[in-house]
Amino acid sequence: MSQLATVAKPRRNTELLLLLLALAVGIMANALVNLNLGRTFDNDFYTQSTVLTVLSLAVHITLRFRAKYADPVILPVVVALNGIGLAVIHRLDITKGDSAGPRQWLWTTLAVAAAIAVIWILKDHRILRRYTYISLLASVILLLLPLIPGISAGDVNGATVWIRLGPFTFQPGEIAKITLAIFFAGYLSSNRDLILLAGKKIGPLQLPRTRDLAPMIVAWLASVGVLVFQRDLGSSVLFFGLFMVMIYVATSRISWILIGLALMVVGGFAAYQIFPHVNRRIDGWLYAFNPEYIGGDSFQVVQGLFGMANGGLLGTGFGQGSPEIVPLANSDMIIAAIGEELGLVGLFAVLCLYALLVARGFRAALGTRDAFGKLLAVGLAFSFALQCFVIIGGVTRLIPLTGLTTPFLAAGGSSLLANWIIVALILRISDAARRPLDLSPNSMNEQQKEVPTL
Amino acid sequence: MNQAIRNSWIVAIALFALLFGSISYVQFFAADSLNANPNNQRQLLKTFCSNRGPILVDGQPIAESVPTDTDCKYQRKYNDPLLYAGLTGFFSKYAGQYGLEFAMKDELAGTSNDAFFERISQAFTGAVPQGYSVELTIDKDIQKMAYDMIPDGVAGSIVVMNPKTGAIIAMVSKPSYDTNLLASHDEGSVRAAQAELSQIPGINLYGSSAYTKLYAPGSVFKLIDTAAALESGKYNKDSVLPNPAKMSFPGISYALPNYAYGKCYTQTEATFTFALENSCNTPFASIALDLGQDAITAQAEKFGFNDNSTKIPDKVVTSRFPGGKGPLSDDALAQSAIGQLNVLSSPLQIAMMTAAIANGGKQMQPNMVQTVRTPDLKTVSSLVPEELRQSTTPEIAAQIKDWMVSVVDNGIASQAGIPGVKVAGKTGTAELGDGLNNSWFTGFAPANDPQVVVSIVMPKVDVATGAQLTSPNASKLFKAVLNK
Repeated sequence: MSQLATVAKPRRNTELLLLLLALAVGIMANALVNLNLGRTFDNDFYTQSTVLTVLSLAVHITLRFRAKYADPVILPVVVALNGIGLAVIHRLDITKGDSAGPRQWLWTTLAVAAAIAVIWILKDHRILRRYTYISLLASVILLLLPLIPGISAGDVNGATVWIRLGPFTFQPGEIAKITLAIFFAGYLSSNRDLILLAGKKIGPLQLPRTRDLAPMIVAWLASVGVLVFQRDLGSSVLFFGLFMVMIYVATSRISWILIGLALMVVGGFAAYQIFPHVNRRIDGWLYAFNPEYIGGDSFQVVQGLFGMANGGLLGTGFGQGSPEIVPLANSDMIIAAIGEELGLVGLFAVLCLYALLVARGFRAALGTRDAFGKLLAVGLAFSFALQCFVIIGGVTRLIPLTGLTTPFLAAGGSSLLANWIIVALILRISDAARRPLDLSPNSMNEQQKEVPTL
Repeated sequence: MNQAIRNSWIVAIALFALLFGSISYVQFFAADSLNANPNNQRQLLKTFCSNRGPILVDGQPIAESVPTDTDCKYQRKYNDPLLYAGLTGFFSKYAGQYGLEFAMKDELAGTSNDAFFERISQAFTGAVPQGYSVELTIDKDIQKMAYDMIPDGVAGSIVVMNPKTGAIIAMVSKPSYDTNLLASHDEGSVRAAQAELSQIPGINLYGSSAYTKLYAPGSVFKLIDTAAALESGKYNKDSVLPNPAKMSFPGISYALPNYAYGKCYTQTEATFTFALENSCNTPFASIALDLGQDAITAQAEKFGFNDNSTKIPDKVVTSRFPGGKGPLSDDALAQSAIGQLNVLSSPLQIAMMTAAIANGGKQMQPNMVQTVRTPDLKTVSSLVPEELRQSTTPEIAAQIKDWMVSVVDNGIASQAGIPGVKVAGKTGTAELGDGLNNSWFTGFAPANDPQVVVSIVMPKVDVATGAQLTSPNASKLFKAVLNK
């Protein structure tokens, strides 16, 4: 095994250095907001800077104790994104007289605390495999919650994906993303031999047996269910994409992708024909500048495009644009706000951060030694890529706009919580991937016993 | 499994590559067209409350941005608005942007392409762009004098320009209004003012009627018939034209008459001199019938008709010959040739036509912007006289000029004359069918070295009022400009 040849180093000091850089990005972004909008450095500024610094150092210290070999790049990237998000939300608050900023720090605190808890409690990601079917059950419950009268928060911006818990609203689907990834990683890592070996071969295509298609069908039904009952196009695409990539990685069979794409085309076409909200989204995308749509269905995306065009190459500068014109500027459309004020250059930087995060997730998947960990890491990392693609693609009119959050940037607690937990899981898996194999006889722990032969 | 992970990574990278592409497309390649999209309110919002550059006449601002205490940091203020409303237009968030405020919006905002390098440096220094000042070619005194010549209740227009440079010296129209009412930051009061002003008959809120409105030009159009006749080679200065009292057309009850009050009825044949001096109709109608519709259209187009690209720098309405579509019947062509029925012209177009005759057949690009300057007085651009087209030959232009001089010296435009100066002129009276006329004068002075063109239209007036409001006023304007 080639992995043994590389000398493993913890790299925690590298992380600390990068973390300081990331904090500087977030804090300076917020300082610029205050300067350019003619504000004195108010309490919000100090609170935000302190919250961000204390929290990221807390994660860093946790890693020193509990996951010494975790990838040193992941945490700084996430802190930088979260910091930029806080600054942009604060900036929009000032113009709109809103108070999404303080809510976002509170949720950041909660989310980081959850991430620390996951790293601290979960010593080995493979423990999660024991909860494969519990995860499935949890996913189903989480997805159904918003439809249950009493806790459902009803229809918010056209989708029924929220529940109400006292004064808080929460989107359980964000957490379902994680539990579904755990279920699929568990199911596929246990059954991949069966799925791989059984089935007919037609030409170059190895077709799966019908009973092995079950998870794919379940995934498809779940996605369609989310689309139909919750009218959440974005999550529907995200879930299905997640399953497809995991099943492909588990089996290395292109046939799964072809079946999956076929299902997606059929489902998508049917949805376009049957559901008016899907139909409107697609028409609003195709004919965005048509006078019939520009004041209604495509208003948001067109205003976002105008904003981004206004920013151009270098951006108007923080506080100098008018991102508040775009509806939902601090959540769904935060990319348009960043594009307007930080320009093409700023958005490229943000995209590079995401690409880096996804790359480190894939690196963890490559390096870890168990199939479950590989599948989980790929699924989670790919879900970041897919989420970026769906939302940023939607904002830039590459694809129809669907309401998905931009990870770590957008205002929204459930999304922050879920994404920080995902980061904790990826950090945990990367720790396993980079940790040197201890082959001394008296340290034979579970890890070595289960090293799969790859 | 690792190979599949690597393949998935390639897919993830491909997704990011698509995003890099789409962001570049929106923010770089499509940015200009998105910014120019008429549904895009951002450029307007950016400048509405900002310190836009002033519009200056003789060094004095006629439009400027003054600081306010509200969130909207600057308010656009118009000085002497009634005099200049038709030129400045206004800049409003609620009622649109018109006139120079629209045509020069990039310069006034300081964001024109000429300022590219300045903008780059602003991007790094964080400086807010300051608007450029726009100095007009307008002469304050002549503008005021012309404005006062239009009586209240008459929707008239006057254009005074320099035939050699195309510079507009004065351009006025009535009724005018207070542009400040439409530039207010208060939406309610803007809407109310807009509704109230639009009730005033003859008013044009969106640019001077001198370049945004079309009128039947009447007999001033005969200058184009004359040019077409001479250019065809079939006629020369000694030609004898048929001059019947009426022209009948087979199968049509209408007969085209000569002007009832002049000397036309005294002879049945006429020279160009006689026909122009007395503004007889039938000689020019017969020229048009002889040469055909295409020849008259071609000559009209050489003088600027049917050209939809004229800008001063705001867009000028397109003057048309023939106004209708398709070939004209003989009677329609005959009537159009004397400036009625199927021909429509803006007062500015008539001034441009006259300027071309004055300037040896060369039509200059009309313009009213003299200089654009940065806040630190660096010149961004300055008016350079530009030849628009050769309307006719220098010989034909000189011949028409001679005849126009005799129209003033011996003909019906005698009141346009100035002692000691040769003036060239032509009147026009387009009948509107209800006893009222569009009364026109167009001409230039001095005839041997033209310095100034004056074109006047007083629509919907009776013959006597029209005669009194056109030629005598032209004379005063000639004198005023020449004495400057």
